Amino acid sequence: MSVYNQNRGGIIQIIIGTIFFLIVAQLVSLQVVSNKYKLAADNNAIFRKIIYPDRGIIYDRKKRALLENTISYDLVVIPNEAKGVDTAALCNILHIDKAEYSKRIVEAIIKNTRVKAGVFEPFLMPEIYAQLNENLYRFPGFSLSERSIRSYPYNTAALVLGYVAEVDVKFLKEHESEGYEMGDYAGMIGLEKNYETVLMGQRGVKRFLRDNKGKIQGPYEKGEFDTVAVAGKNLYTSIDVQVQQLAEKLLQNKIGSAVAINPKTGGVIAMASSPSYNPNLLTGSQRRKTIGRLLLDTARPIYNRAIKGQYPPGSTFKPLGALIALDEGLITPNYGYNCFGSYGACGDPRKCEHHNAGHAANLQLALAYSCNSYFLQVFRMAIDNPKYKSAKEGYLKWKEYMNAFGFGRKLGIDLPSENKANIPDTARYNKDFGNPKYWNSCYMLTLGIGQDRMTATPLQLANSMAFIANGGYYYTPHFVDSIESETEDEAAQLAQFRKKQKITKIPKEYFDVIKEGMHDVTVYGTAAFIKVPGHEYCAKTGTAQNPHGKNHSLFVCFAPKDNPKIAVAVIVENAGYGSTWAGPIGGLLMEQYLNDTLTKESQLKADNLAQVDLMPQAIKNWYVQNNKSAYLTPIEYNNDELSDVWDMEMLAEGVVKTKTKDTAPPAPLPNTDKTNKDSLLPITDKKKKLNP
Amino acid sequence: MSSNYDNNFSKGTDLAVIVLYMLMACIGILAIFMVEYNPNTDWATSFISGKTSNSKQFFFLIFCSFVAIFILLVDSKVFTALANILFASGLLLMLATFVIGKEINGSKSWIPIAGGFNLQPAELCKIFTALALAKFISRPETDFTKIQSHLIAGAMIAMPAILSIGQHELGLALVYSAFIFAMYREGLPPFILIILLSFAILVIATLLVEPTLLAIILSVIAGLILLYLGKRLKRNKQLIIIIIGIWMVCVGTVRFAVPYIFNNVLECYQTTRIYSMVGKEYDCGLNQKAAASFVESGKKSRKPDDYNVKQSKIAIGSGGFWGRGFLKGTQTRGKYVPEQNTDFIFTSIGEAFGFVGTFTFLGLYLFFLFRLIRIAERQRSTFSRVYAYSVVGIFFFHIAVNISMTIGLFPVVGIPLPLISYGGSSLLTFTALVFILLRLDADRQMVLR
Repeated sequence: MSVYNQNRGGIIQIIIGTIFFLIVAQLVSLQVVSNKYKLAADNNAIFRKIIYPDRGIIYDRKKRALLENTISYDLVVIPNEAKGVDTAALCNILHIDKAEYSKRIVEAIIKNTRVKAGVFEPFLMPEIYAQLNENLYRFPGFSLSERSIRSYPYNTAALVLGYVAEVDVKFLKEHESEGYEMGDYAGMIGLEKNYETVLMGQRGVKRFLRDNKGKIQGPYEKGEFDTVAVAGKNLYTSIDVQVQQLAEKLLQNKIGSAVAINPKTGGVIAMASSPSYNPNLLTGSQRRKTIGRLLLDTARPIYNRAIKGQYPPGSTFKPLGALIALDEGLITPNYGYNCFGSYGACGDPRKCEHHNAGHAANLQLALAYSCNSYFLQVFRMAIDNPKYKSAKEGYLKWKEYMNAFGFGRKLGIDLPSENKANIPDTARYNKDFGNPKYWNSCYMLTLGIGQDRMTATPLQLANSMAFIANGGYYYTPHFVDSIESETEDEAAQLAQFRKKQKITKIPKEYFDVIKEGMHDVTVYGTAAFIKVPGHEYCAKTGTAQNPHGKNHSLFVCFAPKDNPKIAVAVIVENAGYGSTWAGPIGGLLMEQYLNDTLTKESQLKADNLAQVDLMPQAIKNWYVQNNKSAYLTPIEYNNDELSDVWDMEMLAEGVVKTKTKDTAPPAPLPNTDKTNKDSLLPITDKKKKLNP
Repeated sequence: MSSNYDNNFSKGTDLAVIVLYMLMACIGILAIFMVEYNPNTDWATSFISGKTSNSKQFFFLIFCSFVAIFILLVDSKVFTALANILFASGLLLMLATFVIGKEINGSKSWIPIAGGFNLQPAELCKIFTALALAKFISRPETDFTKIQSHLIAGAMIAMPAILSIGQHELGLALVYSAFIFAMYREGLPPFILIILLSFAILVIATLLVEPTLLAIILSVIAGLILLYLGKRLKRNKQLIIIIIGIWMVCVGTVRFAVPYIFNNVLECYQTTRIYSMVGKEYDCGLNQKAAASFVESGKKSRKPDDYNVKQSKIAIGSGGFWGRGFLKGTQTRGKYVPEQNTDFIFTSIGEAFGFVGTFTFLGLYLFFLFRLIRIAERQRSTFSRVYAYSVVGIFFFHIAVNISMTIGLFPVVGIPLPLISYGGSSLLTFTALVFILLRLDADRQMVLR
């Protein structure tokens, strides 16, 4: 009829077509262009269950497992199925009350919903596990779930082996592309951290389909996309567990550190730092409590003094000072210095422990008696070397030698956060003394006897002994000798430890002179009374001034003299003479390693030494004040000048920060400028003794 | 009538539409089957037991087939004859729901009938309104170029629409706007469409742009037009008045009418849905109805969210280009999309068959609609044509709004996808709509009044 409106049918078709086109356009954007919906859908519906492989085992040099895996049990609950539970019996077994029971159920619901299993009580003690296992039928909805935890069968080398802990947000950010997820565990310090990628193995993933309530519907695509877990690889280290345990035992009740290296390989035989802790406390139910106490303890048990502690080397530096002078041609082994008990060439006289004539008639004698005057003189000669235009250049040359010896730089051990300690830069002295034109060797005189601003870590000291023992080279100290079925990448990671580090060109005869001198130390010198049954050895004692109280006791040595197999450095903080405390410890460690046992006498000596309490009074006072049992708790006591912001370091290592009200954080970094100037003070200050 | 029955039944009926109808209905049953599929139970037994929605839908379809055959057997004059009576009784039924109605999903629009089934008169009223409108326009005395006729037709449509709003069935009420196609085809002046379109654009603009800024923009546009017209304005003073009038209406709409509707007429959840469509949040504190119910019950209304649309978009988007495959949709299997059987059935197709599937599916619908328009244009009688365009309008409105809401182009209103969504009432309505049209089309050589 109304034919005149016929074109309107076309318009309607156009309208319909347009709307359909809009819909298709939106569908293109949803389904073809954007892939975020796919991700969102997978997040919705695919539940990825991570299958954790066993971590690798760490062995010592005789294939004894130092760190392995063990099974622990968690009590888990599915809240929806927990009906008709004999709560009274359950509470009784777990030693909780009913209010706590309901609280935990609510927590489980919040964390894992009603239909999924949530942890009710983690890390069950063995006896509680046994009780629960027997009575489980009375607790519907509850079950025991296995989990693998780390265990340290020898209770030793806590700081070297390290621990694993749950990753935090910061860790996840730093390891974004490595597939870690909230709730994963990763190595936080020590070898666990350094060899994380090797030890962790490859995690497997199982995918499940879940519905809108979080209930698992079954495997996704019949498991087509699942991956298998691959166990972590084992590490074979150079640690000797007996030496390690002995070192820890001898350092008991003391603050200090001991490092023993095999000079032939660079493999670390033992590395102890005291105080330490029982690593097993950080694996199970005790973890949370223990970590808090460890972090707040004023004696800093999680601070690895062996690689982080910075100590003035004192007289243990002297053999190196002599090497520099010999190599520079400034002295010959026959060079002598006429010391009468003090060194006065720079104004204020510096005291020497010996004043009998001729105790420094040649290098060998001077080393044996550790004559301060002799080595101060030798140091001055090196700085004011006529070969160079100025004291500054002389100093730079000297510093170059020190760096070559492994001081003032990181050695590159396979532990995280090694400290490079300090060989001061000329800029430092320019700042102190002004224009280098105006300063000379007298200004930093005591560097010559290992004081002033010079500091070293026990590891560096032990390494310097390996360097001398080998006659001019060393291998980068390391723990891991080999990795189980090593891949090329892993071999590359270890290659640096298998390469000879020969940086200096000092002729072998100079080393022989030094060795003889150090041997004399053990024959008639400062360490004469320390013997290693069946072996000749070389050593040097040290007694280092420090701004924190009594002198540090140091001892460096290597043995046997002619075919060195072990190089050791020991330091006991604020203990006194090097020969009194550090010396015997070093001797016993060498004996244990070389003889694989201790003689009866030595055993007795070791037991006595272990009993000796050399804890600084301040720390003891602190424990008393805080009413805490020894070795675990906090105050503001700063142990050595670099007791820097240690808690920040700990944080950097991913340790949980725990705050308590009654404990202030450690005082800020003490002014190093001030403390180091102390050693420049003349000896009129009666309290200060110079090195023996 | 009975004399030409034999050749009329199969001869004049449009086979393409019947094939499309069956195809769509089967796709619907499969889509529902996908939603309900559970690999742990045997689908065959549960299908035979008749407990699942897909088997129920299957039986609905069989029932509807009988209805369809019945309709095809009826004389087409019956529809013209009964149009007004049916319309009146439909309205009465809707009124009756206020008294004897049963509440399902918050809307009291259902009348329980035997066998546990419920009837929604508003659904049936769509058919009756279509018939009545066709009847009215096809009257010889109706001149549809006159505004008077437009108003009467508008009132006829408005009555069931208003009743639907009274039943809290906003979606159903909106469907009645679909009759505008038929009215436009019969002579409704195009400027009404343009005004409606402008209004829609204004409302969307209000959502997107800050109201004050929008008012300024409108003023600037008005000013520019006045400047542009310059000399002509001197000659024609009326133009100034028209332009200023339009400007005032626009600004009034933006500043007052739209906020008033959002805050006072619509429920909090409805406004929230509209806002969420453009990715904005609506503060329910502004909503008078929410405030009123707060005073009444003392409970703050739960903040509504766009969970449905989000999940629906995720499900469709995750299908990608090729789809996850039949029965492999993770979102469908995990029941992440609420109401997936009914209003959000499109998501199960989108997830399983991807863009290829949805595009093909839309193509089928488009073909179906264009086929219906072709049928409409070949009618000799106005009655049939108006009715045909009404059917086109209703189908198109349902399809466009339903799919748009699942992909986030339109606020969520609960209207089903024709022939696909689960539900007996809706399937029956669309069956009747289509087959009455086919019956009329079979008699397209006759002039019906």
